[in-house]
Amino acid sequence: MARTLAPPTALAIGAPSRVKARDWSGIVAHAILLAAVAVLAFPLYYAFVISTQTLSQVTSLPPRPWPSTALFSNYAEAWQRAHMGRLLLNSAIVALGVAFGKIAISLLSAFAIVYFNFRGKQVVFWMIFVTLMLPVPVRIVSTYQVISVLGWVNTYWGLTVPLMASATGTFLFRQFYQTMPDSLAEAAQLDGAHPMRFLWSILLPLSKANMAALFVILFVYGWNDYLWPLMITNTPEMRTAVIGIESLVPRTSQLPEWNVAMAAAMMVLLPPVGVIVVMQRWFVKGLIETEK
Amino acid sequence: MKRFVFRNRWLPYALVAPQVAVTLAFFFWPAFDSLRLSLYRASPFGDRLIWAGFANFERLFRDPAYLRSALTSFVFSFVVTFAGLALALLLASFANAKIRGLAVYRSLLLWPYGIAPAIAGIIWLFIFHPSYGILPWVLSFVTAYQFNWFLKGWVAMTLIVMAAIWKQFGYNLAFYLAGLQAIEASVLEAASVDGAGPIRRFFAVTFPLLSPVTFFLFTLNMTFSFFDTFGLIHSVTQGGPGDATSILVYRAWKDGFEGLQLGFSAAQSVVLMALVILLTAFQFRFAEKRVTY
Repeated sequence: MARTLAPPTALAIGAPSRVKARDWSGIVAHAILLAAVAVLAFPLYYAFVISTQTLSQVTSLPPRPWPSTALFSNYAEAWQRAHMGRLLLNSAIVALGVAFGKIAISLLSAFAIVYFNFRGKQVVFWMIFVTLMLPVPVRIVSTYQVISVLGWVNTYWGLTVPLMASATGTFLFRQFYQTMPDSLAEAAQLDGAHPMRFLWSILLPLSKANMAALFVILFVYGWNDYLWPLMITNTPEMRTAVIGIESLVPRTSQLPEWNVAMAAAMMVLLPPVGVIVVMQRWFVKGLIETEK
Repeated sequence: MKRFVFRNRWLPYALVAPQVAVTLAFFFWPAFDSLRLSLYRASPFGDRLIWAGFANFERLFRDPAYLRSALTSFVFSFVVTFAGLALALLLASFANAKIRGLAVYRSLLLWPYGIAPAIAGIIWLFIFHPSYGILPWVLSFVTAYQFNWFLKGWVAMTLIVMAAIWKQFGYNLAFYLAGLQAIEASVLEAASVDGAGPIRRFFAVTFPLLSPVTFFLFTLNMTFSFFDTFGLIHSVTQGGPGDATSILVYRAWKDGFEGLQLGFSAAQSVVLMALVILLTAFQFRFAEKRVTY
């Protein structure tokens, strides 16, 4: 799929000759893109606005679409009531654990598959390959039972390790290693370097872009995953943020403190959105390459 | 193709061991266990399993609630995928011009991907809120109809569809835009010289050339809407009102974890597995034959 996006330079050839028509299309393009950006941003802006208002402002009509003064009190309230510190810590542990764990596991297995011949290699390869077909939601009850046999219910092990088990990372690295010239490894062997030395000093530095791409995708996946932490945790201290803030969402019979709920939502969505914005280049790469 | 290999007897096994261990523990074991459990039912006291043959599957396909849930799932996924992609392609086609600042637009379009479906749901829940939400308030000037998703199934469905599309739309648009920009102007000019109008040019040239992008986005959006929207349903509608938004994944979870009907839930997992395998097989066939790269 990496071929779907040609470099932007490809469009430099054959510019239309009618200059006037092109100017007009440029204005249309800007207008459409600005409108799309604005429409997409509105729900987030609105959520932020609500998170700065007082309860009476939130519940009065017409809605006020601009920020107010209750920002600090709402965020402090949400922080305290949902034990946000703990929730965000748990989410960070899960997201980073899944990201680094899976990168490490798949990097090693891809190295073995590309750079070694060993008995059972084909079996291992196909075993990893078929896992592409079984996402977590289709194995709901049984995976839980495996975790309870292992005694991992309500632990960080249970929250992270099962999410590392998928083939996408292995395939990404396998594909990348296959593009490496043989001469690299041959030279390393002539110098008497151990294979692990070759992996560590030569292959890893070259894989940085791939690791970054995988990191963004996995961090967002680990942070935002809902079903798995919901099943595997049973105390408030082990909940991750996306699940933990549910108690702040006002239900019909409760005080409609949507300002506090939105403050919590803003805090939970910031880290993954921030990672995407900061690591945008690798995000696009990762999105394309992990989807086979 | 690579020919160089290191010589080492035990190292490759050590290297694949972690991956093989997690794969066996969290893929093969649960998958076979699902298959096995789907053939049993729990005894009345829940203390042992009783052989049930294909009874769970028979029950599944005769259960009107399950069939409704399957229909809900397909409708939801198709609407999210097709509406999302069609609108993105339409806008991208009109916005396809050589302009400055495309990289900036791309950043401003990609960020919603990072929002968890559950969080997107909470935000849209408030936008749709019958008493305080901005959307029912705006609509109240147009019509007296009560857009209350607590009571009306289709409003609840619209709510989750909107939340799902919102999350996906930005990168659908960004990818289509990049795909369109990569099509060389000379190809379209050639078609133009041959007398093809803008609409014919689009369907005869642009759309086929975009098929890899469409295919990529289709798979991404289908898997997202089918499986990753669990959090959206759970945090917003809980499958309701009634069972208007009870998609398959939500039902499998509910029957297994709240209803404790292990065999019945396992049978649902097996059906879901079959669906994923079908989708994957379709993906490989389609990817090889029809798509222009």
